Amino acid sequence: MAGQTDQLIKPGTGHGLLDVYGDRFLLKLLVRKEIKVRYRGSVLGLLWSYVKPLVQFLIYFVALGIFLGLQRGTPNYAIYLFSGIVLVNFFTESLSNATRSIVDNRDLIRKIYLPRELFPVATVWVSAAHFLPQMLVLVGACLVVGWAPTLLQLAAVVLIFVMVAVLGTGLGLLFGAVNVYFRDSENIVDMIVMVVTWASPVLYLWSMVQKVMGDWFWIYQLNPMTVAVEVFHWAFWEPTLTADQMVNDASPPGLLTLWLPVALLITLAVLFLGQWAFRRLSVHFAQEL
Amino acid sequence: MTAHGHVAIICTDVRKQFVLRHTRSLKEALVWLVKGRKGDLSKRFLALKDVSLEVKQGETVALMGLNGSGKSTLLKLISGVLQPDGGTVRTRGRVAGLIEVGAGFHHDLSGRDNVYLNGAILGMTEKQIDEKFDSIVEFSEIGEFIDTEVKFYSSGMYLRLAFSIAVHTDPEVFLIDEILAVGDEPFQRKCIAKIKELSEMGKTLFVVSHDLDLVATVCERGVLLEHGEIVMDGEVHDVVGELRRRSLAL
Repeated sequence: MAGQTDQLIKPGTGHGLLDVYGDRFLLKLLVRKEIKVRYRGSVLGLLWSYVKPLVQFLIYFVALGIFLGLQRGTPNYAIYLFSGIVLVNFFTESLSNATRSIVDNRDLIRKIYLPRELFPVATVWVSAAHFLPQMLVLVGACLVVGWAPTLLQLAAVVLIFVMVAVLGTGLGLLFGAVNVYFRDSENIVDMIVMVVTWASPVLYLWSMVQKVMGDWFWIYQLNPMTVAVEVFHWAFWEPTLTADQMVNDASPPGLLTLWLPVALLITLAVLFLGQWAFRRLSVHFAQEL
Repeated sequence: MTAHGHVAIICTDVRKQFVLRHTRSLKEALVWLVKGRKGDLSKRFLALKDVSLEVKQGETVALMGLNGSGKSTLLKLISGVLQPDGGTVRTRGRVAGLIEVGAGFHHDLSGRDNVYLNGAILGMTEKQIDEKFDSIVEFSEIGEFIDTEVKFYSSGMYLRLAFSIAVHTDPEVFLIDEILAVGDEPFQRKCIAKIKELSEMGKTLFVVSHDLDLVATVCERGVLLEHGEIVMDGEVHDVVGELRRRSLAL
């Protein structure tokens, strides 16, 4: 190796999430490892990622759709419900696993320098691997009841998937880094996970919230997950409705023109905040773990 | 003997302080804040005091000292796992640590999967691992067990595979921490031969070990640390002799 012109560098400094892109081979291996290890020794294996959301769906459908009668007021309530549930599950799984990822990988972080962002990002990918089969079930169910989406709606689905992944990464970086110092972070995230299902119109309709909140409805709309769920309803649920089932207030006004851009901006802000906090806190990960 | 070229590692006035935190919950931290920050929430401990050190490319340096003298801390600062609280650390070229080999192993994966995972963790590309895979397996003497899950390995097999991956990563600077006690004697001899081979290839070696006879055969230069300060830096046999004298005096 003659003529090494490499500069002297400061060890243990990186470029945050950009390094993750440079290390995508390692990222791929970490994701594959997680998926392999998750269901090791279980008979059903990856099938569990279908069974769990299905049971969850049935509980909500029976309790809310049938017992509380939401099914009567909302045509195709099952589709409405499921499209929200899969999205919220993707988000909550990303967030709670990313939060634990740094502490769970402490053996590695204490001994070898790696771009630490790899661990939260890998968990979000693992969640995506569990989310995609559920999406297939959703699409299948939609097709059965005559789903005919426009190209714009399909593009919106992809955009929302990316947005929720970014949101999960941003919050995961933040809470994952804080978790090293204060393990309370995990409990805060457990609480967020509990709230998210109910703070978005997954089980009920957005118009019910508007009736109660009135002029303050915009606060509800600031939650990026709320917008994400509403866009999913617009893309999956609305196209399955027949002309006589069509409700005139299926989506909140300005969903695509105002709220979607706002949600995207908030998501980006969360990502930058998460990355900033992560970089500041990650300097001392090895000695705090 | 290789001609020593550029500087590979420079540490300038490196200081590292550890905070021995007693509290791990927000509640305790809040109570402490509310009470007007009375008392010390944490205790401090200085692991390294203004350590300055320069290692040239191709040098083989043994870092010696008794337990708690700051050897491993210095190694972690050079590898980038820890960041100094004062002073600077700079390195040239790729630095890889044979620090506690096997840290990246996952028990439920096969030996093959672990070779790829650990190789990537140590900074190898997919192509490099593909190329060196056979050589890694051969050196480790794992043979047919490469497709068995690592949890069924004996501790010797485990360490041999981990060491084998680490020596195949081919960095410019090797950091070696207490891993020369790998496996049985024949394998140990093989490891030492491999390490000598690396140093003949002009790699920079930075070794931490308590096995003084061993480091004296592998390294040329010795650095003695005591309570976080460099007390001696010179020819390895002289430094070994000095350390022995000091330990006897204790």
